[in-house]
Amino acid sequence: MPADFNWAVGGEAGDGIDSTGKIFAQALSRAGRHVFTSKDFASRIRGGYTAYKVRTSVDKVQSVVDRLDVLIALTPRTIEENLEELHEGSVIIYDGERTTMQDVEIPEGMIGIDVPLKRLAEEAGGAIMRNVVALGAACEVAEFPIENLDSALEKRFSDKGQKLVDNNKEAARAGRSYVADEYDHEFDYDLETTDEDYVLLNGDEAIGMGAIAAGCRFYAGYPITPATDVMTYLTGRIERYGGHVVQAEDELSAINMALGAARGGARSMTATSGPGIDLMTETFGLIATSETPLVICNVMRSGPSTGMPTKQEQGDLNQMLYGGHGEVPRFVLAPTTIAECFWKTVEAFNLAEKYQLPVYLTADLSMAVTEQTFTPDTFDMDEVEVDRGNVVDETTIDDHMSESGGFQPHEITDDGISPRAFPGTADGAHMSTGLEHDEQGRRTEDTEMRVDQVDKRNRKVETARDREDWSPREFGDADADTLVISWGSNEGALAEAVEFLADDGLDVRVLSVPYIFPRPDLTEDVEAAENVVVVECNEQGQFADLVEHDVLERVDRVNKYNGVRFKADELADDIKATLAEGVEA
Amino acid sequence: MSSDIRFTDFKSDKQPTWCPGCGDFGTMNGMMKALAETGNDPDNTFVVAGIGCSGKIGTYMHSYALHGVHGRALPVGTGVKMARPDIEVMVAGGDGDGYSIGAGHFVHAVRRNVDMTYVVMDNRIYGLTKGQASPTSREDFETSTSPEGPKQPPVNPHALALASGATFIAQSFSSDALRHQEIIQKAVEHDGFGFVNVYSPCVTFNDVDTYDYFRDSLVDLKETDHDPSDKQAAKEVIFDDDTEHQGIIYQDEESVPYHERHGVDEDMSVIPDGAPEGATDLVREFY
Repeated sequence: MPADFNWAVGGEAGDGIDSTGKIFAQALSRAGRHVFTSKDFASRIRGGYTAYKVRTSVDKVQSVVDRLDVLIALTPRTIEENLEELHEGSVIIYDGERTTMQDVEIPEGMIGIDVPLKRLAEEAGGAIMRNVVALGAACEVAEFPIENLDSALEKRFSDKGQKLVDNNKEAARAGRSYVADEYDHEFDYDLETTDEDYVLLNGDEAIGMGAIAAGCRFYAGYPITPATDVMTYLTGRIERYGGHVVQAEDELSAINMALGAARGGARSMTATSGPGIDLMTETFGLIATSETPLVICNVMRSGPSTGMPTKQEQGDLNQMLYGGHGEVPRFVLAPTTIAECFWKTVEAFNLAEKYQLPVYLTADLSMAVTEQTFTPDTFDMDEVEVDRGNVVDETTIDDHMSESGGFQPHEITDDGISPRAFPGTADGAHMSTGLEHDEQGRRTEDTEMRVDQVDKRNRKVETARDREDWSPREFGDADADTLVISWGSNEGALAEAVEFLADDGLDVRVLSVPYIFPRPDLTEDVEAAENVVVVECNEQGQFADLVEHDVLERVDRVNKYNGVRFKADELADDIKATLAEGVEA
Repeated sequence: MSSDIRFTDFKSDKQPTWCPGCGDFGTMNGMMKALAETGNDPDNTFVVAGIGCSGKIGTYMHSYALHGVHGRALPVGTGVKMARPDIEVMVAGGDGDGYSIGAGHFVHAVRRNVDMTYVVMDNRIYGLTKGQASPTSREDFETSTSPEGPKQPPVNPHALALASGATFIAQSFSSDALRHQEIIQKAVEHDGFGFVNVYSPCVTFNDVDTYDYFRDSLVDLKETDHDPSDKQAAKEVIFDDDTEHQGIIYQDEESVPYHERHGVDEDMSVIPDGAPEGATDLVREFY
């Protein structure tokens, strides 16, 4: 267990909670400490309750815990909201001169530090800096060298002028001195610093950075919590690498713009959350059947409908796996850590282009609002590989022409993968359509071609199963009787939970699965274990259903998909044939 | 290459299944001729089509093309053009596609002023679903889903465009072949979003807005003293409920297209084999 320190600042929306917390997290990161942040927030611009929490240690931290050591409370509600996490000896920093805080009662056993935040801020140059005064006070309580805070303040305010930076530094020192002078108390904290270099980023930022690294040039989106940060990250950055971001009029438009750019030959992407996926699902079948490579990022939040838009849930798994009418292959990737948000984004672009299909890349609110420290080489850009799949040019297109001389973007091939020609390629002009089509992309209702094209599209999945590595991540005790399976963002909490369990004498083996479709076959792992537990942040256990489905014995299947209904005599023959095959097997 | 391009090069080998006499034949011919006349060829042209009779146009033309979902042709065209400023983009659809299910996109595509052409084949009826009222159907036009007429005024697409900040608004008639081609050509050449509503009669389900009706009633703005650069004059034409017009209704000569305003001028299909140069700067920002 890391020797961790848990800190928070809380108040109303509009109190500057977010930037205050971020400054402290940055200061810790720059001091060579690991940081894991979380946010309590509501869907409102002002008022209510919002908090920014920081867990820090010199060792890696990858989860939140139910404990709070130091709390900066700007409102009485901030204390009430955190009563369960506060403990005996917890420190609460507050401004007793603030009207709403005058009668505040510090819970028994805790230490109240009353600092005139606003007054000291005004003396340093402006009331707006009261939160920075509180940060200075927190540095004194935690025995954290204030020079690290200076560094974070410089990063935050340097583009607004040296005067502002100096004022903030002075405000922080006023807070620190006040606590040192007025409170003759030995706090037990000692936030040591190290020489390590860390970067601090959240999941949405990691996805955005991954997109640019992968050569994504076009992004269209519509603002929605908690996916908006992907768009705000890309805006102003992707342009430096020849790309462009469009804020569309709705998600219907966003995904169609992304589709258009992809047909133009760009690596293209959109990001949204569940309600946006609902709308985008309209276009999903078109993307898949026209065999267009596209990355659709779903940063999940609590549903259904508007649900709890600022709360965590992994409830959209079935939506991504099965959403849309008809049957079309799609890949679903679920990075398990913030660092993996970067790498899986790169992988999503490669998979989309190699197999010419839509790839869902799913994160969730907990990753989107969490900032975590990593060593910079975690994101080694030299390791990024770009594989565009089967793209033809003027010199290679001749091998893919029909007898009548038309380019064949849906050529029937053994591995299911057809050639792609970008607009502008001579002799490559072709139609892409949501209608069933022949090899040239021309609409058809021919029963044989229909079956050939469905089979071809599905063959791409089989090819990908063979060619790519879909392994889960594994940790814990490899020989344990208990197997815990998780997907997506739970990995960090699970990694630390394993240590709690080990302390209690229970060893577990953990499989953390980043691939939902195609996914690893866990049959042997499940059968080898005495107990199997599937962990996921939803009510129905959508991934647990998949695991159970995968290890079930198979039924025999009779399927028909050429556009013609079952005929009685033919059906009887099909059933007999299927049974005969089964007997042989 | 483009010098010896003929408009028939834009024809695919699929025979149209439109009803004999359908206005869409003439609309399509004008589009193909305008593309050829403006120096384009099938390999540098991208046609986006919606759903409905009009949506089939992508199948009958030969070019890079996408036949999309109902109502979303404009966003697709927008994406193609942003990724590929070097490609000529033409979007086509019907009155249902553009002014009903896709009306929201129309407003915003107009505002963006992306340098592409939008051709709406307006027959004031839903043809492919066999005769229901469309957003441009007359108030008293009786159909299977509106036995006494829709009892609501038709959408005024030109007004919608003008209110959304259009830089090019035109009206043509599929049967007036030369004039139709000339108007589409002007839209293609326009520096920005070239919007042309085309009266493209449905001979099967609309016995009111017929060839004869348009032939008899259309007033060509070319033969009046209308000045297309005059926004107020355009407003007069657009809100003149007593006259059907054809011609260039409004053109902003100072139009600055999206790619110039936003500096989007690169062929985005070309990317390196690894992370782009300078990508490590992105990591440094997180220190």
